[in-house]
Amino acid sequence: MKKSVFLSLVTLGLAGLSAAPALAEEPGVAEKVIHLAYSIDTFYFLMSGALVMWMAAGFAMLEAGLVRGKNTVEILTKNVALYSIACIMYMFVGYNIMYGGGPNGFIPGISFWLGADNAVDDVLKSGGEIYYSGMADFFFQVVFVATAMSIVSGAVAERMKLWSFLLFAVVLTGFIYPVEGYWKWGGGFLDGLGFSDFAGSGVVHLCGASAALAGVLLLGARKGKYEGGKVKAIPGANLPLATLGTFILWLGWFGFNGGSELIISNIEESNAVSMVFVNTNMAAAGGLVAALLLSQIWFGKADLTMALNGALAGLVAITAEPLTPTPLIATVVGVIGGLLVVPSIVFLDKARIDDPVGAISVHGVVGIWGLIAVAFTNPDGSLVAQLTGIAVIFAWVFGTSFIVWAILKAVMGIRVSEEEEIEGVDIGECGLEAYPEFTMKK
Amino acid sequence: MKKIEAIIKPFKLDDLKEAFSGLGIHGMTVTEVKGFGRQKGHKEVYRGAEYVVDFIPKVKVEVVTNDEMVEQIIETIIGAVKTGKIGDGKIFVVPVETVCRIRTGERDKEAI
Repeated sequence: MKKSVFLSLVTLGLAGLSAAPALAEEPGVAEKVIHLAYSIDTFYFLMSGALVMWMAAGFAMLEAGLVRGKNTVEILTKNVALYSIACIMYMFVGYNIMYGGGPNGFIPGISFWLGADNAVDDVLKSGGEIYYSGMADFFFQVVFVATAMSIVSGAVAERMKLWSFLLFAVVLTGFIYPVEGYWKWGGGFLDGLGFSDFAGSGVVHLCGASAALAGVLLLGARKGKYEGGKVKAIPGANLPLATLGTFILWLGWFGFNGGSELIISNIEESNAVSMVFVNTNMAAAGGLVAALLLSQIWFGKADLTMALNGALAGLVAITAEPLTPTPLIATVVGVIGGLLVVPSIVFLDKARIDDPVGAISVHGVVGIWGLIAVAFTNPDGSLVAQLTGIAVIFAWVFGTSFIVWAILKAVMGIRVSEEEEIEGVDIGECGLEAYPEFTMKK
Repeated sequence: MKKIEAIIKPFKLDDLKEAFSGLGIHGMTVTEVKGFGRQKGHKEVYRGAEYVVDFIPKVKVEVVTNDEMVEQIIETIIGAVKTGKIGDGKIFVVPVETVCRIRTGERDKEAI
């Protein structure tokens, strides 16, 4: 039923468009064009949101691939649970904090649950000013908050208590993220300063990385990572999964950046969305090649995991401004992201900040690069505004997260027992093994 | 009767199987094992940090045979799996007291 209604709208709409000069005067046709544009933009929004939702699968696979086999079930549990918690908290209060307006640019308003969607008459009366469904907007936004929280799970993997992590997810997705989101995308003071962040190198990625860094500092390194004053590598269990996860994230990113153009129903905007798709793809490719080459030159081997992080670095870097650069410049932005992420991972390792999947480097260090790059790739960008945005987001998210992690640590503990860590958190937290038929443990 | 255990490089297993069938050996047991000898482990780099692979994957091949076949089998194994490089493996020969075929109850030489 729905399909046939949609098709008839398309047919009517197309007829209206092709005969536009003659028929635009007729009110019936003009109304149908508004209906049609609203449908196309809403449809585009929903499909973009669905692509971003799929990034949750990408993070789950990437992280499952880069931890040891004995910690697989727990990281998967964290990923599915944090996604679901993010959805519930964002519907409960997060969306309203972020987009509900507020008394001033610093303090957001607070209200609960979701309001009603646009009435047909209001949309028609607006003459196309209201151009997509409010529910579609919520759906698109909710998958972004889940992405921010997914970043945290990889960095604290293999040693954090499941329920402490999930309680933190409640606070981040219901409060910490929506507040800084309000400052930028909800029309708060960062937006007023001219801080520019197209799809969230700062609001989403730097936010996730800052929360992760606070958690890792309070949590400590995995047992066996540092022995006798030396950094010891702990190889991931399943690189095919990590690769699949990266490709899923790469695919989802077309929704993340492409959908953030927010409209596609005219020629100009269709071109803009296409540009965003191309630039997003080019930056990922540039980041991957750069990281792969750098690891070959530096370590003597083509480290796949570094290449995967390089692709993600390219994606994070271009997220702050995927529209204004040419595809060549977008590639360069990605290349620099890839060249930053490899030394950042090595440096954090040496600084004893143990991040099994490189999330802090990919989303934090490169997120900062992406925000700074805006000043050079967007004629309207301002370096001062970008640096202010970076400082504000980091200070807010790191500070509040540190307090929440510290409270959790004092009240219920955030780290599993040494014995549980050695045995693997799969059995300790979930009572299951990912691969019960394998017996070798490491 | 003797049991011959050969620890070999995994990629040489097929060559050894071929060589054994030329000798008329009808059965063998193969196990994937890990270990090290004088070769020791080797170092690898993962995400910029070194790690040591202590135990290297090998294949253990076991055959049980009459005493008089032992030397010939050892020669065959060496001929089939030797690369001349470190890590080629070792052969152990141990005495076997009894062999019994479960299906028929046959013993010793009839059961080999």
